[in-house]
Amino acid sequence: MTVMEAAVKNSVRGIAAECGGACSCATCHVYVEEAWRQATGEPEAMEEDMLDFAFDVRPESRLSCQIKVTEELDGLMVRIPEKQF
Amino acid sequence: MSVDIIKTDAVIIGAGPVGLFAVFELGLLDVKAHVIDILDRPGGQCAELYPEKPIYDIPAVPIVTGQQLTDQLMEQIEPFGAEFHFNERVDSIEKIEGGFRLVTDYGTPFECKVVVIAAGGGSFTPKRPPLPAIEDYEDRSVFYSVRKMDAFKDKDVLIVGGGDSALDWTLNLQPVAKSLTLVHRRSEFRAAPASVQKMMDLVDSGNVSFKLGQVTTLHGDDGQLTGVTVKSPDGSTFEQPTEVMLPFFGLTMKLGPVANWGLNLEENLIPVDTEKFETSEKGIFAIGDINTYPGKLKLILSGFHEGALMAQAVHRIVFPDKKLIFQYTTSSSNLQKKLGVK
Repeated sequence: MTVMEAAVKNSVRGIAAECGGACSCATCHVYVEEAWRQATGEPEAMEEDMLDFAFDVRPESRLSCQIKVTEELDGLMVRIPEKQF
Repeated sequence: MSVDIIKTDAVIIGAGPVGLFAVFELGLLDVKAHVIDILDRPGGQCAELYPEKPIYDIPAVPIVTGQQLTDQLMEQIEPFGAEFHFNERVDSIEKIEGGFRLVTDYGTPFECKVVVIAAGGGSFTPKRPPLPAIEDYEDRSVFYSVRKMDAFKDKDVLIVGGGDSALDWTLNLQPVAKSLTLVHRRSEFRAAPASVQKMMDLVDSGNVSFKLGQVTTLHGDDGQLTGVTVKSPDGSTFEQPTEVMLPFFGLTMKLGPVANWGLNLEENLIPVDTEKFETSEKGIFAIGDINTYPGKLKLILSGFHEGALMAQAVHRIVFPDKKLIFQYTTSSSNLQKKLGVK
């Protein structure tokens, strides 16, 4: 389960996830809260490339389809950009 | 200028895997098809979103990439000689005597007996950066594609992005533009290395100006851009004067004109029956990700199944006097002849 999948399954608005989790569209862009950045880690090269197609990219930007939900992420807080395009 | 009307049995809207396989199922039943797609090549999402990503759930094909699947479908449907119309989007569908009349955004008119909508998630359209008031500038000084390079002659041009489109247009427009500035959020590019090298050379020779950052605000009057504010990676901002801006952030799927065709819709999907996969309009069918029915799964294999059943129903419309005899490709010499294997 990824953060994107959890959001989509629970009808959380603001995550489009057009490509369905293939790291191919950059429409599941989120900002990870500072306190959680270490736990979620840094984007891999492919994800960093894909972030070029997101808007208002910040150091805390991630694609939520690439964040796997684990025990350690219990309580994770992410914010959704104003628009996913 | 009068345009010749293209007349055919079936028009398939969408050249993704499901639209392509519909050519096969219709072809086996002698139904001739034309295929229209907004992209410049077949494959739909498979070609646009994940050409290199493996797909694992195509029956009997343990692993295949989006591009391979597309290529193999194109090979499989080759005997049926369907005609493809790329870079065109169907804008209108109108009921006429004995069928339908379709017109694309390029003005190409089609007349057909049935329409098969295999449009997946809708049409791919360029992503619009969510900048305040950007719609006021669109098509006047903000463009998402280049139709005529001449329109940028002797202009100060700003290109935003770091992918192949951004790089290609940087290289193509630099010789015609008065000045060319490329703005990208980082110094790495997700583009063909040869293009990146050529762009770097132009920066070194002073012909292209490259600036790190992201556009945050547009400035101008009455649709005419005068400049933009760019935020640098360190958080500081600067003003970049420009007359035109070309943002390249990839494509996104929008339902598009499908919504205006008078069909019943449920949350941007087209409800169909599960016998014929026909929409609320007789003679218009919907298969693949764009349709919905109880138990629907958005799988390529479901779209293939839907195409096979749709073709049976279409045969009854196109050949009302012919009795359809169900045949297998393994044993029917008639089908094998159509496939060109006998």
